[in-house]
Amino acid sequence: MTEIIQKVKNLSIGFKSKKGEEILILRNISTNIKKGETVGIVGESGSGKSTLALAMMGYVKHGLYTIGGECEFNSSNLLKMKNRDLEKIRGRKIAMIPQNAGQALTPNLKIGYQIDEALQLHSDLKEEEREQKISELLNKVRLPSPETIALRYPHELSGGQQQRVAVAMALAGTPDLLLLDEPTTGLDVTTQAHVLELLNFIAKDTGTSMVYVSHDLGAIAQVSDRIIVMYSGEIVLEGPSRDILKKPIHPYTYGLLKSIPKLSLAGLPQSMPGSQPQPGTMHRGCSFFDRCDFSEEKCKSNSPQLEYLEELNTSVRCFNHKSLMNDSQVNQTVNKIKTSLQDKEILNISEVSISYAKQNLLDQVLNRISDDNPTVKDININIKKGETIALVGESGSGKSTILKSIAGLLRTKGGVIKFDQKRNLSSDLKERDPNDLRIIQLIFQNPDESLNPNHTVEEIIAQPLKLYFGLKGEELKKNIKELLQKVRLGEFYMSRYPRQLSGGEKQRVAVARAFAAKPDIILCDEVTSALDVSVQAAVLNLLQQLKEDFGTTYIFVSHDLAVVRAISDRVAVLYQGRLCEVGPSKDVYQFPSHPYTEVLLGAVLEPDPDIKPKLVAEDIVEEKPPQKGCSFQGRCSRILGDICKNEIPPWQITNSGNSIRCHIPLKELQKDQIN
Amino acid sequence: MKLDNIYQEEKKSNFAKVSEIIITMASRPSGFIGLSILIFHVILAFISPYIAPYDFKAINPTLMLQAPSAEYWFGTDDLGRDVFTRTILGGRTALTITFFGSLIALLWGGLLGIFCGLVGGKTDDIVMRIVDAFLSIPWILAMLLIVSLLGTSTEVLIPALGFFYGKGIVRVARAATHDVIAKDFIVSARARGHSNFSIIWNEIIPNVRDAILVEGAMRWSWMLLGFSSLSFLGFGVSPPTPDWGLMISNARGLMSFAYWSVIAPIVGLSSLIIGINLTADAFAKALGIDRSTKAPV
Ligand SMILES: Nc1ncnc2c1ncn2[C@@H]1O[C@H](COP(=O)(O)OP(=O)(O)OP(=O)(O)O)[C@@H](O)[C@H]1O
Ligand code: SF4
Ligand code: SF4
Ligand SMILES: [Mg+2]
Repeated sequence: MTEIIQKVKNLSIGFKSKKGEEILILRNISTNIKKGETVGIVGESGSGKSTLALAMMGYVKHGLYTIGGECEFNSSNLLKMKNRDLEKIRGRKIAMIPQNAGQALTPNLKIGYQIDEALQLHSDLKEEEREQKISELLNKVRLPSPETIALRYPHELSGGQQQRVAVAMALAGTPDLLLLDEPTTGLDVTTQAHVLELLNFIAKDTGTSMVYVSHDLGAIAQVSDRIIVMYSGEIVLEGPSRDILKKPIHPYTYGLLKSIPKLSLAGLPQSMPGSQPQPGTMHRGCSFFDRCDFSEEKCKSNSPQLEYLEELNTSVRCFNHKSLMNDSQVNQTVNKIKTSLQDKEILNISEVSISYAKQNLLDQVLNRISDDNPTVKDININIKKGETIALVGESGSGKSTILKSIAGLLRTKGGVIKFDQKRNLSSDLKERDPNDLRIIQLIFQNPDESLNPNHTVEEIIAQPLKLYFGLKGEELKKNIKELLQKVRLGEFYMSRYPRQLSGGEKQRVAVARAFAAKPDIILCDEVTSALDVSVQAAVLNLLQQLKEDFGTTYIFVSHDLAVVRAISDRVAVLYQGRLCEVGPSKDVYQFPSHPYTEVLLGAVLEPDPDIKPKLVAEDIVEEKPPQKGCSFQGRCSRILGDICKNEIPPWQITNSGNSIRCHIPLKELQKDQIN
Repeated sequence: MKLDNIYQEEKKSNFAKVSEIIITMASRPSGFIGLSILIFHVILAFISPYIAPYDFKAINPTLMLQAPSAEYWFGTDDLGRDVFTRTILGGRTALTITFFGSLIALLWGGLLGIFCGLVGGKTDDIVMRIVDAFLSIPWILAMLLIVSLLGTSTEVLIPALGFFYGKGIVRVARAATHDVIAKDFIVSARARGHSNFSIIWNEIIPNVRDAILVEGAMRWSWMLLGFSSLSFLGFGVSPPTPDWGLMISNARGLMSFAYWSVIAPIVGLSSLIIGINLTADAFAKALGIDRSTKAPV
């Protein structure tokens, strides 16, 4: 039997509420981490996964305390250890890579120096040996030319490279156990796939055990041997990764897998109702009861115990797992989206270019922007009424920039934005009349930022109603109630503040506020990326429903290609502020595609251990678009040579109406991509 | 996850909010002490004219520098006036002037700070430079200049003090506004086409109000110290009106043989400053604001 290196026994962690009650964040957790295995811990935010990971290195966050149980490492309980002894273990025996570790590097110290510090702290190497070790580590995390990288500052590296440096630092003490908390969240799809591949390689190469914490089943699926699923502070399912992803025998995991959009499926996945109970609000009985499709009377008052099933090597906390066992192949059904597309064009964007360059004095006087290589260039898109068009691309590709100009928040350098084929919309707010402002509304990525924390839900939704329609008193109240009903929130939410709402509820309020203006077009900037997977599907379904009811047009920005696939009629792929491919969703997701679309599609992580990402191009980040030629030339693996460097590629149109901008003829693109 | 999400309260009336804040403040020992001292002083300021045992300006050469006794609890001063009477009356002017001075400081400091934070860029730079330049002149010199030109009437002192103590508030209000301005709810309000006034009033002020109020409370105690220094130098309250600063200044030469005449006003002044300080700190904590700058005493 393989050696167990970390043993968590009956661990409960919690805090005292203002009223003096003991509130549990982790409830009686027991699990073992074996030598050399990678364990994925999944759960939505607030399920306690990070608390568990931190406890595994003997750390309990300020304000929380251990109520019972232990974390045993090398046969001593980390949670009872003195700080002095813990310091000898942390970094050397157990290392951690926190979320955004790459961004947490000290900005004014060279990479090599920072790794050296970690080595001094966590190893007994002498100075001469350390130098050698630094390049060894940088090599191990596959950074190009370690010697030069060591001399750079963090800001001279891309996000993915920074994350690699963080991994190198964590490996400095040759730990036996590596804890990773959301190590790829916030990275681009392509970068994420590369970093995960690296972690896989390191796990195999060094035999380090890893505990990988994430809310993203797609990422977990790529790295873990075993998966622990957490729900409101408890383990609800634990077992071999493949079984859990292919035949989940717990209703929560089952529902979760069904609610994740997949690349292979157009249409909206089914949503899971409700949200995870807050700590302290748990009742007797199963904590998943409110949201469970398989619940029975007894689940309401009896809490199921974690039951180990020998034949599956799986532990499950559910009375009804047997009924799921027979039929738990996740057969995903999707609600096909109805397109409400009309023939009429509602927004014409032609030749738009946008620049962030500072204006010099002459430009300011002449009120113009001169920049021959602007951030966004040559954008031509005609949007039909009732359409959902998605803009996709990596971070920095200019998606939000384009949205801002459409909303009038950022001046364009050139080009025309035309509404309803007649009115020109100025890209400067001050030049728009109130009606032009009303017809376009925005929904933002993070509802925590987009809702004023000092306003109640009622005040938030009242704003557009008062501003555009001058509603008052009873009339106003009635409208607010109707809108809340539209986004499936009860009337009693009116008096709540945003901090009293869950993430999904907040986003619904933001949606209600946008619809309050009765807009023609809604700009959605990453509206689901701050939400938990189980809530994401519900918000997407809501958006789709509202759109069908009101005939609204959506311009939908997302980095998540599966979400885009689920909701959009048409997709525009952007690289470095230039369009690469525009076409109906179903065609963009099929070959032939632009080489960049191929890279993006290859990097998508699916919650399926059998679908591995295809890493086509390097994950380097370019700071500026090239002066001339194809925007993707710097990373294209199929670059033809000088023609790509010098000439802007032509638009080629496939039979199905998909436009691709590349010098490679369509036939050849197709041939190579099918292989 | 925010831990205070757990108890989902309903919307409260303003009265309920204020009383909750006060209760939270008083539940900490330091806050309780601070509040008690402050309330004591405020009540004293209101009732002292009615409870004062003697006439504060009655000079009695036969009673010069009497030590504390049953008749004259805190003794008498060099003009034979009752020190107890003068002490309980001595905080009134200072408290009133600095209270209104702080309100003025809050008003102009807060509004200018919000304005600078909102417009940003060059205007912000220039305004802040001017504010800094103006206030890098030692305030006491400037005050002396103003007072000697315009006199020491309340109408001069209140705005002058308010002006000089508003600088810190400008900085705090500006910083708080900067934090808020980057948030999407402001972008959202702009995109909807709300006026600047509406954005300031509805979106910004509710989010910066707490920080500004706390800073204002802190400034109050600074201003009290400053005002008392003015009186001490003879430019604040004019005799014979009783004032702690003035009393300390008059009696300081007599300290070696008539300590009572100086101790009482010192205790009065320092306890009030400490009281305001503790209250401001407790206020900040009750609102959940982290204050890095510390009190002057
Ligand atoms: N205020 C600014 N000043 C200068 N450059 C900026 C500014 N805002 C964005 N940029 C740059 O413009 C480019 C496009 O940014 P944008 O925010 O539109 O990207 P995005 O596709 O929305 O990315 P993400 O997925 O990270 O949100 C990036 O190179 C970015 O660095
Ligand atoms: S115990 Fe009951 S409520 Fe809980 S997950 Fe199982 S079936 Fe659902
Ligand atoms: S034009 Fe050239 S560089 Fe650009 S995508 Fe096509 S092959 Fe690659
Ligand atoms: Mg963006």
